[in-house]
Amino acid sequence: MNFSDLSIKEIHNGLKSKKFSCRELTDFYLSKIEEWNPKINAYLWIFFDQARYLAQEIDELIAQEKEIHLLSGIPCAIKDNIAIRGQKASAGSKILKNYIAPYDAFVIEKLKSKNSVILGKTNLDEFAVGSSGEHSAYGPTKNPLDHKLVPGGSSSGSAAAVSQKMCVFSLGSDTGGSVRQPASFCGVVGLKPTYGAVSRHGLIAMASSLDQIGPIAKTVEDAEIVFEAIRGQDKMDSTSFEKKEEDFEKKLQAEKFKIGIVKEGMGEGIDNEVLASFKKTIENIRKEGVSLEEISLPHLHYGLACYYILMTAEVSSNLARYDGIKYGQSKKDAKNLLDIYFETRKEFFGPEVKRRIMLGTYCLSSGYYESYYLKAQRTRTKIVEDFKSAFKKVDLLLMPTSSTLPFRLGERIDNPLSMYLADLLTVPVNLSGLPAISIPFKDKKKFPIGIQLIAPAFGEKKIFEFGKFFEKICQSKTT
Amino acid sequence: MITEKEVIHIAGLARINLSEKEIEKMKNELSLILEYIKKLKELDLENVLPTTHCAELKNITREDISSKRDERVADSLKNLAPQKEQKYIKTKSVF
Repeated sequence: MNFSDLSIKEIHNGLKSKKFSCRELTDFYLSKIEEWNPKINAYLWIFFDQARYLAQEIDELIAQEKEIHLLSGIPCAIKDNIAIRGQKASAGSKILKNYIAPYDAFVIEKLKSKNSVILGKTNLDEFAVGSSGEHSAYGPTKNPLDHKLVPGGSSSGSAAAVSQKMCVFSLGSDTGGSVRQPASFCGVVGLKPTYGAVSRHGLIAMASSLDQIGPIAKTVEDAEIVFEAIRGQDKMDSTSFEKKEEDFEKKLQAEKFKIGIVKEGMGEGIDNEVLASFKKTIENIRKEGVSLEEISLPHLHYGLACYYILMTAEVSSNLARYDGIKYGQSKKDAKNLLDIYFETRKEFFGPEVKRRIMLGTYCLSSGYYESYYLKAQRTRTKIVEDFKSAFKKVDLLLMPTSSTLPFRLGERIDNPLSMYLADLLTVPVNLSGLPAISIPFKDKKKFPIGIQLIAPAFGEKKIFEFGKFFEKICQSKTT
Repeated sequence: MITEKEVIHIAGLARINLSEKEIEKMKNELSLILEYIKKLKELDLENVLPTTHCAELKNITREDISSKRDERVADSLKNLAPQKEQKYIKTKSVF
């Protein structure tokens, strides 16, 4: 049986009605991994035995007519910067090559409690710094839609695995677009939840005021199911926050939403192919009678400069912990303590990680703090205010996820600034702590682009309702 | 825009040894990025309060009683250290 195109609900119903077993389902996905991973390099570590063992246990539960959760038995993949007890967590870095996570991340506890079948851990840009997947110490992941192209990053493997049907859903992390942008490049759905909606406990920290774990899936409905399963307050993450249930339960009618089209998302710095497809989607939405309004976010284009100060500052501070003493690889034979630090970090950090640590250290150093770091924090306030005033007028904002189509492997690797520009439209959302989703739109034979829907904080329900409506419009237009 | 001397100074603060080649490359790349970042100078940000994060923060506190955690977790944390002696993490002396 071919399970590739089944949704989570369809698989759940199939399992419950014993149309197929969890073992068959798991074997199907494991064989897909065996077939495709050598070409795509989406997975770093694969858990063949554990996955099959758990699948059999779930089949026993079903045989005993026990109640199972929607996510029970659903094969999934986890970005390798999220801790699973007893498994490797390399974060795509050489420095954590032999690191074995001593505990489960909060999101993993949640998935395990639901009996999701974790197939393995996926490739990423080292410590999640990158927009193409090329900064992994374990080789780049390839875009399943065209192997010459990058899959986006940093959750490259998580997006590629879903796109190539090597899992049903995956988890990634999004600091400046790292879930949405690879989802956009690989033609799948990616959600960055509101900052604080999902606990970061057990996520290897990159930039703590921006990091957020989110699902990647084939459909909005699947992403919603996963989000509902992993969200919630956690005493191990003081920034996690639980909104009252009614915020999520409120009945919403998607076609009555007022949608703001972001003016700055259609101008300077956006590629023509992206613009053409984006305009087509607007047309399609308008035809459905949805009320649209052009909205200006005047500081949107300052987001990237602001982000590359604040994020690198936080990276330089978070990555100070890799010193060769407590864990990870070490140049332990260096001549003194200080040299252990210097030599370990020289040897085991990749070029992009070094670049960001250097930039962040520079921005925080004496004499530059005010002109860079403080200025960026003030800019962040302006960006937050832009979104706040926009949401007084509209329910959701719409713009492309990425300013470009996927570029070729190697094309931007030697020009860091051009790589950073790929994040132009995703970083302002992280700076403002808002939830946003990327949904693929495919115009005839063209390459799919990601359409980004942004909601006010804790407005995920709005995103899901309009997202499903939007998916339906896209499907009817492309088939 | 950023000098070789500054690159070496920053690398020292960041505790990273850089090769001659890396210093040269870093100088050029950081200068380019800083040039782009200068964009923020266009903005009038006087009297704008800085934003440090966007969380609706509520302190999560626990009772002031010690809780028992799985000892195996503590052991596996210690076992990750590159050098150990008995139950201690071993390093070179500071002085």
